[in-house]
This record gives sequence, C-alpha cells and structure tokens, in this order.
Amino acid sequence: MRGSGDAVRGATRRAFLLGGAVAGVGAVAAVGIDAAMAAQAPDATASVPLNGDVIVPFYGVHQAGIDTDAQAHVSLVALDLLPDVDRDGVRRLLRTLTDDAARLTRGEGALADTEPELATAPARLTVTFAFGPGLVSRTGAEAPTWLRPLPAFSVDRLRPEYGDGDLLLQIAADDPVTVAHATRMLLKDARAFATSRWVQQGFRRAHGSERPGTTMRNLFGQVDGTANPVPGTTAFDEVVWARDGWLAGGTGMVVRRIAMDLDKWDHLDRPGRDQAVGRSQATGAPLTGTDEFDEPDFAATDAIGFPVIPEFSHLRRSRPDDPAQRIFRRGYNYDQTPPAGEVSDAGLLFVSFQADIDRQFVPIQRRLDELDLLNEWTTPIGSAVFAVPPGCQEGGYIGEGILS
Amino acid sequence: MITRSLRLGALALTATLALAGCAGTASPAPAAESASFASSDVWVKAADGGMSAGFGEFTNTGDSDLTVVSATSPATSSMQLHETVQNESGQMVMREVEGGFVIPAHGSLELTPGGSHLMFMDVTAPLRAGDETTITLTFSDQSSVEITAPIKAFAGANENYDGGSGDMDMGK
Repeated sequence: MRGSGDAVRGATRRAFLLGGAVAGVGAVAAVGIDAAMAAQAPDATASVPLNGDVIVPFYGVHQAGIDTDAQAHVSLVALDLLPDVDRDGVRRLLRTLTDDAARLTRGEGALADTEPELATAPARLTVTFAFGPGLVSRTGAEAPTWLRPLPAFSVDRLRPEYGDGDLLLQIAADDPVTVAHATRMLLKDARAFATSRWVQQGFRRAHGSERPGTTMRNLFGQVDGTANPVPGTTAFDEVVWARDGWLAGGTGMVVRRIAMDLDKWDHLDRPGRDQAVGRSQATGAPLTGTDEFDEPDFAATDAIGFPVIPEFSHLRRSRPDDPAQRIFRRGYNYDQTPPAGEVSDAGLLFVSFQADIDRQFVPIQRRLDELDLLNEWTTPIGSAVFAVPPGCQEGGYIGEGILS
Repeated sequence: MITRSLRLGALALTATLALAGCAGTASPAPAAESASFASSDVWVKAADGGMSAGFGEFTNTGDSDLTVVSATSPATSSMQLHETVQNESGQMVMREVEGGFVIPAHGSLELTPGGSHLMFMDVTAPLRAGDETTITLTFSDQSSVEITAPIKAFAGANENYDGGSGDMDMGK
C-alpha cells in the first residue's frame, strides 16, 4: 500500500549532525546526548522528521491519492475542455499536467513555476486525474458503460454548478498552502485547454491530531466509513481496481456533494441519532455491538421484538447482501461561509472508488434512495462520475493508455 | 520525466561526439565544448506568432569556460541570446548579449523570465502549450548540442526589447 511507501526526504540536518556526533564519540557519549536532548524539549522535537517533507510517490501502477491514507485537505477541481481541444489537445494537456504533478508531489516547483518556494513542503501531496465522459469521447476511445451521470434519485436536489465535468483533478495534501499552490499551478497550465467548471474543497482532522487510520467523523459527529476495505488487502484490490482495457489498474470515481442540515440534526437527541444510523455516535459501534468494527447483528431484536438495528437505519440500508456491491469511500467534510443570516453551510464531499459504478455503487444508492432515515437530514446537491486511468511510469503520462 | 530525458539526451550526444573525436585522429583532440555542456528544465513560452523566449539551466562540467555563440530552432526564423539590463533611463530592458552566453567552468547559467533568455525573434509555426520544440546551441568551437524543450503557457516574460518593436507576443 502506498502509505507504507511514503519516503521522508533525507534526514533533517539536526538528526544528521546528531548521528555524526554519536558515531564519533561512542556509546557513552550517546547516552549523554540522549539525556541532554530529553532535557531540551524544543531541540528533541526538532529532530523529528517534518510531515511537510513526506513524499507520496507519483509514479506507479495505480495513481496515488486512492489507496493513500487520506490527507487533511483536498481540492476537487472539475474542468471542461474548450470546444477546439481535440485528441491531440487532450494529449498535450495531460502531458503538461502530469509533469507538473510529478514535480510538485516531490516537493519541487513545476516547470515555469513562478512561486516554487510554495512547493517545498509536499506534505504527502497527491494529484489524481479522473476523466469524465466528455474527455473520453474527445479521444475517440471506448468509455466504460458506467461512465455517465448516475440515474436520477428521488432524494437528489442536484445543482448544475456542482455536477459533471470533463476532467477532474483531486489535489490533496496535509498542508492547505501546498494544495493551494498545486491547484493554481495546474490550473494555469490547463488554462489554454479548459475552463474551470467547479471547485469543491474539503477537510479532515489536521495531520497529527489523530492516530493515522482512525475512521473519520463527519460533521454530524458520526464515525463515517467503518466498512471500508483496507488498502493493501485483496478485498480492497477487488473492490477498487478495474481490470479491463485502458482502465486496467484504474477505477471508477463517484463525487457527490451531500448537504447536511446541521440545524435540523440539532433537534434529534442521541437515541434518535443512533437509531437513524444504526450505530452509536459515541463509538461508531453497531447498536448490537460495543466496538466500531464489530459485525452488526441484523437478526437481533429488543425486548418487544423490534430489530435492534432498525429497518430504516442507514447501516442496514447501505449494507449489501451481495459482497460484490462494495465501495471504497474517501470523502471529506466541507463547511463553507453560510448565506447571510444562516448558521452553517456544511456537508460531506462524498467520494467513492469502485471498479464498476453500475455494479457496485448504484445498487447501494438505490436502496438508500428508497429508504434511509438519514435522508431526513441529508440532501445530495452535486453529482459527478469519472473514470480514473491507471498510473504511469517515469517518462510516461497519465492517460497515455487512452491516447495510444 | 522531462528533466531526466533531457539530461540523458545530452549525455548520449556527449558520448557520440567523444567517439567521433577518438576515431577521427591519432593524437588526442581537445574535447569539444559541447562535451562538457548539460542542460536541465529547459522550456519555451507558448506563442502563436511574433516573439517568444526559452529558459532553463545550462551547466558546464568542464575545466574551462563555455561560450554559447548562437542558437537556432525550427520554430523561429531567427534566435538571439538576450540579457536583461538597466538602460540609461533606469528601465529594465532586454538586448542581445555581446560575445554570447558564457557558462563558467564547473558553473552554471540560469536563463529566467526577467533575466537572460533565448529570444525567439519571429515564431514561424505556433508554439503550442504541451508540445515540444528543439533548440540547437552552437559553441565558440562550432560544436553544438540539440535540446528538446517542452512548451508552456506563461503570463510573464514580457520584457521590453531594446532593439525591437516592443512587447513579446503573449500567445496562449
């Protein structure tokens, strides 16, 4: 998995100097230095590698930013190709953006970067490219059958300003300055080929606030994403990676903007919240268990015979009977400036990766559309579907498989 | 990756020239200037026509100074080697550098927007973002190297040209 492949760029100067001192004067002195370092807390912490220096490799079989432990900040940018951009234009665009991404993710300025100083802390920056139906059709390549807008769901209140797009860039890092710079650099180089359709920004806990691997909480306070397959496992590979054609080693991506009515949620007391989800807000455990990762017991009933995990609960409605209907979620919270007089404009940037959107995602969403008590407080207001091409090797570019 | 391939290209060219030197004469010929030249991160500003410019880093790995005396590209009818200097009225202007670009021994020369650059005087075929063009540099000993450079959209590099007709074409 990518998380374990992260590299820290060299040792910090302090660690290097200390290492030299230890080697030079022997073990006895080393103990003395350890004690001295422990006594001077600021110096001791200064030898810890900076998270800003951590690099997620750009090149690989798969694109980074999917099986990468989710970074703290994301910018999702959807672009529309200009009318005169043909197949060769798509190639030129992708070659340029690939080179930018490769350089930025290793902590260098892009070529012709006017602010390379902002690129020096990659902070696990990843840039993930995903193709909408429009881009694929410009190349003349065959699109996967599921690469089209999702079927209309009755709960949807979709706004065009948060939907669709020809090319999606998922730009994520643990540092918002890094995300801002990378986004600007990529958009500058895309300007001759495309216009910005929408930008959606999201966040999770800051780096270092929680143990890595902790399931995120959404702004309702719910533990959100417990059932995710774990990167690096066979289950993850089966759920996420496509196997056929130019998409082999890539995946399908669903982006939905889900508004969460925090004011209405305030009216619901803790027992009601737990019933709506089927999990305890405190621990994330199913109502039939005590630990977040306990398997839910859907057959369990209470004293008067009602299911402990209600029929209308999100947990029961979203859990597939068919193991093929699984997805990998990698969403973010959003919390934007509310309209004047309102308290919040918040929600979830729902992002899921799955090899086949029609087979894996759509059946789950259909069930939630038919019945899910959470629909009382949540409203999908944006929706987009993309095909994520595989990664590339050094010298190549993202999307070369669709253009060759 | 573009940088790496440029460097490899320069190395390959070096090897070819070195072999030619060995085969051509029994006594050891002085190494061509091009043999100690390397370039990295070379790029050219996109332009539909008119003027444009190329930038990057030139490195000299040899023991004596290198002088680039001229440059050409199929994308322009002529190319000049420019530096940016302050004129009599205090304005920063670009002008043709006298005697060519000197790359000091074991040193480097940076060509940057607002500084020295390769001036495409009259772009004959559109320099389109995302494409590549080639630049051939000729040294004072008449040896030469060819560099492949990606083309990038760039908003800057609009210096006044002291010997010409005003701003560079913005291109796209």
